[in-house]
Amino acid sequence: MRAAAPSPTADAPAARFAPPRRWPDVSFRWLALLAAATIVGLIFLVGWELYRGAHLAVARFGLGFLSKSAWDPVADEYGAWPFIYGTLMSSLIALLIAVPLGVGTALYLTEVAPRWIRQPAIMVIEMLSAVPSVIFGLWGIFVLVPWLRDHLFVWLKHWLGFLPLFQGPIYGVSVLAGGIIVAIMILPIITAVSREILRSVPDLQREAACALGATRWEIIRIAVLSYASRGIFGAAVLGLGRALGETMAVTMVIGNRPEVSSSLFAPGYTLASVIANEFTEATTDLYQGALFELGLVLLAVTILVNVLAQLMLRTLAGKSTGKVN
Amino acid sequence: MKTFLSLAVLALTASVAPAQMLINGAGATFPYPIYSKWFNEYAKVDDSVRFNYQSIGSGGGQKQILAETVDFGASDGPMSDESLAKAPRKLLHIPTVAGADVISYNLPGNPKLRLDGPTVAAIFLGKITKWSDAAIAGQNPGVKLPDQDILVVHRSDGSGTTYIFTDYLSSVSSEWKEKVGKGTSVNWPAGLGGKGNEGVSGQVKQSPGAIGYIELAYAKQNHLPYADMKNSSGNYIAASIESVTAALATAQIPDDFRFSMVNPPGATAYPIAGTTWLLVYEQQKDPAKGRKVVEFLKWAYAEGEKMAASLDYAPLPENVQQRVMKRIAEIKY
Repeated sequence: MRAAAPSPTADAPAARFAPPRRWPDVSFRWLALLAAATIVGLIFLVGWELYRGAHLAVARFGLGFLSKSAWDPVADEYGAWPFIYGTLMSSLIALLIAVPLGVGTALYLTEVAPRWIRQPAIMVIEMLSAVPSVIFGLWGIFVLVPWLRDHLFVWLKHWLGFLPLFQGPIYGVSVLAGGIIVAIMILPIITAVSREILRSVPDLQREAACALGATRWEIIRIAVLSYASRGIFGAAVLGLGRALGETMAVTMVIGNRPEVSSSLFAPGYTLASVIANEFTEATTDLYQGALFELGLVLLAVTILVNVLAQLMLRTLAGKSTGKVN
Repeated sequence: MKTFLSLAVLALTASVAPAQMLINGAGATFPYPIYSKWFNEYAKVDDSVRFNYQSIGSGGGQKQILAETVDFGASDGPMSDESLAKAPRKLLHIPTVAGADVISYNLPGNPKLRLDGPTVAAIFLGKITKWSDAAIAGQNPGVKLPDQDILVVHRSDGSGTTYIFTDYLSSVSSEWKEKVGKGTSVNWPAGLGGKGNEGVSGQVKQSPGAIGYIELAYAKQNHLPYADMKNSSGNYIAASIESVTAALATAQIPDDFRFSMVNPPGATAYPIAGTTWLLVYEQQKDPAKGRKVVEFLKWAYAEGEKMAASLDYAPLPENVQQRVMKRIAEIKY
């Protein structure tokens, strides 16, 4: 490294807290700031462009767009409610399936599994996240949906048919199928984050519980899970953020019908799917504006969820919520 | 380092071909295979020009030609009057080839079904719900129809195939025309949506008792069963290149070529067919490009139409080709 001109405060002991005077440091600072500002700027730009594209629809439908149930391109009547419902339902189902599975897997890998199995298992789970969305969709149409239609759904209807959730005709493609496929796709991220959270639980907690005579499960329940609960919630919210945006896999198995139904066997439609399906052929300006507005709604929901996740994960640091009585 | 760089630049510039004109087009996905073939073959005829076509959808094609970001557009559905009014100059619709929609289904034993327009409309409206319904059974004596629910499958994405199909249903059923209407994307009263022809046929193949509409070319290449449709003369016609060309020959074609050819008169015409258009300005902005576009169009009608049948498209009949050639002669550059 070339010797730079010595700055006046170079030798002072408090120099490392003073602002850098040398040009490599200063320029690095500005470059890093520029990079960060670009990313933030990009998000605002995306939001702004979406709003610009949507202004026709926003002006025409107002806030009622969010609660209206219509999608008629011929009559130019649009409402977002069926899509919001479909997106939330499939994401919720995905969470209900993936969180217990993911946290369970993470628990197994950190607490119970013998050491030699941990690395291979982690590798396999990471591979699941590397499979492209479209492949999941194709597998869904040709393997999952027929199996659901002929076996699982029939079984569910037989045993739980008294619930309105499991009534109605069975097509195979349904909101439930969409939820199942998204569950498979968000499993890796939930498992990975939960594993990190569980690993960060100090051994002291486990040892204390053990010293008081807790069994293996009681240690996990009392010392580990309750300490890590906030972090696991953050992992779940991260998974939810990913689930909300899933497009290709969902559109192939959800049935693509903009309808709200109390049955999980009924077909549905999500925000991302309808945009992917209809955008290229949106002929009228209002039609395009409505699709832009759906994109805006999706962006707003995703940002909200991610912000929540970050807040959750941040409050975990250093806080101990585990009680050992 | 410097010599290496200058040598590299020299090598690159030397390998670049002498100035080749690039003509851009964008639009419909339905005719993409035949247009690709035409552009490939035309490059052998005239290698001073290269055509670049992006199949982004009819809606995209219409928008791009209105914005003049491309030299020609392509659309499966004719442009509406409001859209045409937005064009800076007169925009011409040039029909190129035609295709058909067929009704495919999944029934045990793959029987050959005969259906008519009002029955299909009622099925897609959700009014006929069982295969054993009298309306279907009456047209198919001798076919064993199961007492099974009909599962309707339609397109979830916007498409010219949907446009042709809903245009047909609007012309045979006043209830459909009122309730749903026609378009590349409509508010379907019943059924599930599949993405693309693949999505619909995949869904139909997987679900017993399903019914859906797909392109003839697609059905033929994938060996899917489809129904004979009753045309306006009362005959049940199987979809084929001949029956689509027959429909074209008897269709009412107005002067601006924005026509619908569903349910045409004609004893051997297949009722659910439609044409696809190229969208070009009458007054071309760039004289050199305009000349090349006109030369290509003339070649397409003289030679290109002969290649249509091999890709399962129906070429335009002679009388229509004559009229189109006259229109092409009007393009000024």
